[in-house]
Amino acid sequence: MSGPGANGNPGIELAFSGLRKVYDGHTILDGLTLSIAAGSTVALIGPSGGGKSTLLRCLNGLTAFEGGEVKVGPHRIGPGPVEGTNRAAAQQIRRLLGMIFQDFQLFPHLTAIENLVEAPVRVLGKSMDEARAEATRLLDRVGLLQRRDAYPRALSGGQKQRVAIARALAMHPRGLLCDEITSALDPELKGEVLAVVEDLRRDGITLMMVTHEIGFARRAADRVLVLDHGAILEDGPPSEVLERPKTARTRQFLSLLLG
Amino acid sequence: MRGAPVPMLLAALALSATHPIHAAQDAASARPLLWGTDAEGGAPYIFKDPKDPNHNIGFEVEIVDEIQKELGQPIVVQQYAYSSLILGLQRGDFDFGMNGLEVTPDRAEKVLFSIPYYVFREQLVVRKGETRLRDLDGCLKIDCTVGTLEDTAADRLLHDRGIRATMYDGVVEPYRDLVLGRIDAVLLDLPIAIYYAKPNPDLEFAGTPVARGTYAIMFQKGNEALKRRVDAALDALIRDGRLRAILERWNLWDDEQAALGQVGSGDILSASRKAWTFDRYFPLLLRGAWLTVFLAFVSFGFAILLGLPVACMRLYGPAPMRWAAIVYVEFFRGIPVLLLLYVLYYGLADLSTATGLGSAFRLDPLQAAILGLGLNYAAYEAEIYRAGISAVPYGQWEAAASLGMTGWLAFRRIILPQAVRTILPPMTGDFVALFKDTSIVSTITVVELSKQYQILSKSSMKYLEIGLLTAALYLVMSVPLGFLSRRLERLWGRGIL
Repeated sequence: MSGPGANGNPGIELAFSGLRKVYDGHTILDGLTLSIAAGSTVALIGPSGGGKSTLLRCLNGLTAFEGGEVKVGPHRIGPGPVEGTNRAAAQQIRRLLGMIFQDFQLFPHLTAIENLVEAPVRVLGKSMDEARAEATRLLDRVGLLQRRDAYPRALSGGQKQRVAIARALAMHPRGLLCDEITSALDPELKGEVLAVVEDLRRDGITLMMVTHEIGFARRAADRVLVLDHGAILEDGPPSEVLERPKTARTRQFLSLLLG
Repeated sequence: MRGAPVPMLLAALALSATHPIHAAQDAASARPLLWGTDAEGGAPYIFKDPKDPNHNIGFEVEIVDEIQKELGQPIVVQQYAYSSLILGLQRGDFDFGMNGLEVTPDRAEKVLFSIPYYVFREQLVVRKGETRLRDLDGCLKIDCTVGTLEDTAADRLLHDRGIRATMYDGVVEPYRDLVLGRIDAVLLDLPIAIYYAKPNPDLEFAGTPVARGTYAIMFQKGNEALKRRVDAALDALIRDGRLRAILERWNLWDDEQAALGQVGSGDILSASRKAWTFDRYFPLLLRGAWLTVFLAFVSFGFAILLGLPVACMRLYGPAPMRWAAIVYVEFFRGIPVLLLLYVLYYGLADLSTATGLGSAFRLDPLQAAILGLGLNYAAYEAEIYRAGISAVPYGQWEAAASLGMTGWLAFRRIILPQAVRTILPPMTGDFVALFKDTSIVSTITVVELSKQYQILSKSSMKYLEIGLLTAALYLVMSVPLGFLSRRLERLWGRGIL
């Protein structure tokens, strides 16, 4: 096996306690407490505006919050701006947690392989040769070896997202935050991306995914969380949450999603 | 006391507006003759009477006054910029030009000259107590810089002797810069030296005057009738001693003037004899072109180096730095470059003198030019940077941050390279604009290509020939720039466009 995590990198534990986020007078997260075991795959579902993305972004310091704390392994971010000790912690956390965005955010001025090489060389100080060899392996793994020298504009949406995943993996993360990574893709392209993510489970890294793909959640997740109005409505294995939801609100949401 | 002042300028303007000039027909008519001259050019030729600024005084005013009596026809002043007098005459804006105009072979091809009314020489002026140089040969020995007026016999003399010259377009500034120590000596026509340098306790004459040339009145080619009448009048003034009396009153009479009456209107004295041929003017044009290129590159380099931190301060700095950046941009975009150049060159030097800082802020012309253009363009470049950087989606910052990049690393490796694509086209545009804007630095004595063109075309009268050559030089420099920028855009725009 060649992926990250395979060489002895176990997943990492994530925890939120009393997390409160207010934005523009609206409470986005309302004292949320949650812990996620190392190596588990968690699907985070719920209506839009329920706070799912915010929850992910608080973890790696892209979004500041007003109360509570988040912990990633030994690193802790507290309330207030991401400065000082919070910034230092966020910097540490970002090396442990990769993030994949709905709109890919590949670096358009770099080719696929350059996108993968940039951070390992500049942040981790790897040699260019080593980083390129690794990047080549990762592109192969996501099925894009042939496209290594293509610029992002020449790639399809599904290919872009697979490059983005490979880019995150190039940093050898112990956890991956996926923020609606298939929402911008046509249905026929979603499959190729989800297949890559399913494959990642083998590595044993912690996966936290905001998603609307119920089928995928059922198939791949160890645990499903339903988030609405900044609070957790349901929390359990997919068989429980998706088949026998406890709240009427979840049932309503699921029936909408499943059409 | 001096004679009655010539009738007023306003009357002249009113007349010239309603009466087109028919040079050949005005002999008997009562229409006043228009005298093209620059009353702002300085003493002792024609200038505003300090006691009554409504009156013009000067030795030329008195000569014209006597000519007027001889001709029996009124003469009125037509104010005209000194540097454009010959052009004005050719356009027919006035009947004759007279303002310390030297008789040169180039000019004699284009205009008619009267018999001379003054034999000028060139006087070297140095700072009081100067020991290193007492004559022009001394200048060569110590590698000094001599100030002079452009398009004059002194200018040519310095050029022929290979002495480094600084060109001014007024008579006050060179002596002022001499006192300030910016230049080592000033070489100008004797009348100017007598009126501006002699009374100055900080300056003194070095040696005796050199070279010889003549001042004469000029007429349009073909206006022989007027020339003959004025020649006759001048001749009368010379014969009966009225001219001598005027020159003596103005302290301008010397032994050289004995030649007046003997030198004919076609004669050209030694100092004025050489004509401007291609092999004489082209090297000067090339030197001007080189200076233009140098100025453009160095000041633009300065502008893009300074513009980036200003843009970053405005985008990412804490409030006080943000405000400082806004003030910087608005200030330097809001004031004319010309003003900035004057303040940097003359204003700072005054400040140095006033505060006793010596030469701390006494910039030489090239430094002031680079600083002025650089500071001004940095304000524009800062805004271009800001627009380009802001155009990169915020998600790119987040993607870079989530890969563990620090803000600076993300800026340098991810944001800026993308912004360059937006930045490059307007920035190249600015560079080409600056390239042409460099001509403004001629106001602080830097002789770049445009200024060199002005000087050379005026002295040689070859406006078209030298003009086309100058245009060709500009094109040779700016067209490759356009190609280069398009290449760069393609190269750096890879993957983004």
